Amino acid sequence: MSHEPATLEPGFRGVTADWSADKQAFPVPWGKAMMWIFLLSDTFIFSCFLTSYMNVRMSTTDPWPNTAEVFALTVAGHHIPLLLIAIMTMVLITSSGTMAMAVNFGYRRDRKRTAQLMFATAALGLCFVGMQAFEWTKLIVDEGVRPWGNPMGAAQFGSSFFMITGFHGMHVTGGVIYLSVVAWRVLSGFYDRKGTYETVEVAGLYWHFVDLVWVFIFAFFYLW
Amino acid sequence: MAFVAIADRDHEHALHDPQSFIRKYIWSQDHKVIAVQYALVAISIGLVALTMSVLMRLQLGFPDTFNIIAPQEYYQYITMHGMIMVIYLLTALFLGGFGNYLIPLMLGARDMVFPYLNMLSFWFYLLAVLVLVAGFFVPGGPTGAGWTLYPPQAVLPGTPGATWGIICMLASLAIFIVAFTMGGLNYVTTVLQARCRGMTFMRMPLSVWGIFMASILGLLAFPALFVSAIMMALDSLIGTSFFMPAVASMGEKTVHTGGSPLLFQHLFWFFGHPEVYIVALPAFGIVSDLLSTHARRNIFGYRMMVWAILAIGCLSFVVWAHHMYVSGMNPYFGFFFATTTLIIAVPTAIKVYNWVLTIWRGDVHLTVPMLFAIGFIFTFINGGLTGLFLGNVTVDVPLSGTYFVVAHFHMVMGVSPILVVFGAIYHWYPKITGRMFDEALGKFHFWMTFLGAYAIFLPMHYMGILGVPRRYYGYSDAIQFIPPSVHEANEWISISAMIVAATQLVFLYNLIHSYFKGPVADPNPWRATTLEWQTPQTPPKHGNWGKDLPEVHRWAYDYSVPGAPEDFIPQNVPHSDKTPVGREHGVPT
Repeated sequence: MSHEPATLEPGFRGVTADWSADKQAFPVPWGKAMMWIFLLSDTFIFSCFLTSYMNVRMSTTDPWPNTAEVFALTVAGHHIPLLLIAIMTMVLITSSGTMAMAVNFGYRRDRKRTAQLMFATAALGLCFVGMQAFEWTKLIVDEGVRPWGNPMGAAQFGSSFFMITGFHGMHVTGGVIYLSVVAWRVLSGFYDRKGTYETVEVAGLYWHFVDLVWVFIFAFFYLW
Repeated sequence: MAFVAIADRDHEHALHDPQSFIRKYIWSQDHKVIAVQYALVAISIGLVALTMSVLMRLQLGFPDTFNIIAPQEYYQYITMHGMIMVIYLLTALFLGGFGNYLIPLMLGARDMVFPYLNMLSFWFYLLAVLVLVAGFFVPGGPTGAGWTLYPPQAVLPGTPGATWGIICMLASLAIFIVAFTMGGLNYVTTVLQARCRGMTFMRMPLSVWGIFMASILGLLAFPALFVSAIMMALDSLIGTSFFMPAVASMGEKTVHTGGSPLLFQHLFWFFGHPEVYIVALPAFGIVSDLLSTHARRNIFGYRMMVWAILAIGCLSFVVWAHHMYVSGMNPYFGFFFATTTLIIAVPTAIKVYNWVLTIWRGDVHLTVPMLFAIGFIFTFINGGLTGLFLGNVTVDVPLSGTYFVVAHFHMVMGVSPILVVFGAIYHWYPKITGRMFDEALGKFHFWMTFLGAYAIFLPMHYMGILGVPRRYYGYSDAIQFIPPSVHEANEWISISAMIVAATQLVFLYNLIHSYFKGPVADPNPWRATTLEWQTPQTPPKHGNWGKDLPEVHRWAYDYSVPGAPEDFIPQNVPHSDKTPVGREHGVPT
């Protein structure tokens, strides 16, 4: 019943028949299916964080600090708003590119290139976390921003900032560790022996998700 | 390279039977052992909550007599009773317990897709329970914020447990959510990806459908609770103001300013309402299977039952603010949420009609599981009908602060699911332990619990309509609108509650005694069709199925098929002259 070639019914009926067939709903490995479902759940976590941030931004009576001012750097006498954040965003999006290439080489079973690109991705992620640490230090030490208050305006600015970027930063840090472990296993030939590089793609899914979340944080927290 | 379904790759399941006692029963990765571990911890902590409710009833029924609970402790009892029962007993027992046990067995899988993660899920759950219990012993005792933990009072001094207790509660909830996520991912992925040959979605038993949908709801609803737990912990620990407005407490202005207490309510109920269905949907599914099996009839309207589960699951995300009618919101919001709430009654009513039509003119065997299943229909209709009152804004506003809500909530979310839990434990007890329970004690347990539940909660409707406020430590004669009959009702309720609580000891005795001394059970004592009863051994061994996975040829409800020699045909029996095609939808009969 399962080994005969599948007869494809056209149209919506075919989609239904395919999806409600026995054994599995999606032709993907278990780990990949589970990662997708986890990311859906994680999406709800970040949505709740961002919605809550918007809510307290509306409920507070104090003025909201101007993010273009707060997150500006002075380079060679020029005052450039959001410079560091722009660089961080570039770094993270670049890391998505290297991750996608790693997945591609994983499909071709190119052990060395896959591992190299994954380590590069992890390094870019580490770079992102490093810049975030710089950003936090600057805010805390130089500007006097605290989770419970700041000199520029509403206390919720600092609360939301540290909570949301902190939670995202923990995701990135976890991702760096995750990618490093997988990359090490790629290099050691673990997946060659296992016969599949699917874990590389699963790790890639997670990494792209963390990048995507950053885009939303960037848009809703820094640009708004 | 052609893709081979993983269910067909047997080497993926290279099973190494654990030999040592510890690997077999403690650090076990076997879904059946994990299920029993989950169930035992859940029942144990549930007994704590049950004891607390008895103590509260002693206070309410006989004020100024026992003095076990001091007035300032009463809210702590309410809070812990509610939270334990809803989260740590019902959610854990239905998903961690029955979900773990039934999903792989009913779907013909050897285990969950990621057994190690499944094991971690249980240990995190145990940790969550331990942190929760630690709340009883920290300075100030557990939190007394009410089970909904509304700010600002949850973290303000003056509320019991506002320093340590609330942190234990929030930490415990966060750990529980991590534990559930690990389990829930497993349940959903197993249902999607690891069904055996022939097991299509529309052949899955409704138990699996209910648990599957409830797990999805959990994965999407618990994030809101997780986020609110983090934010409230930050408010409490380091003085942020997510939920805390500028308030004066104990005559002093607090450090907080500009937060939104309503935000917490929205987040909490965005979790809280789906949570109702996280508990209810597995109960719906399991009760469908119990009714069908013990009435020897196919479930009426299987497809509609499935669609109703899906519809209820989706709708449950757009009704949450009906818990907040008295919190103050735009009247149009109330209109919207009342409408969606009443729309949920449609799929729910479909399910109730289908249950009744399933046993209608069936060959009903009044076994212990069947009694509990029928009892569930009664209590659920009762609790559902009072839900129609509370779903309407104008009716809810005067009733919301009264015992009517207590009665409704306990009928629909306390008694109804717990009756299914009892029925399900009795139903699967022979498979889990290999022994048969004592039927007479089981029937005694049913009648005392079922009638007792009505003795407890029916008078509360009356009290609620009289306007008796809930969450009160006592009702002095100075509250003039409360007539003497309410005091009598309170005594009656308390005595009934103690009898019902004592009856649960009979249940525990039955379970424990039968485990050691009960007669050896038949592998399929109820002559049921679903796969878990067709395992080569009873109780099933590690890996469930021996050498070959089962193959499914029919739906789960081929009872009393005309022309068949017996009144049931298991799902793994192929079509033949002696075992004809049943009433499976889409298959001509």
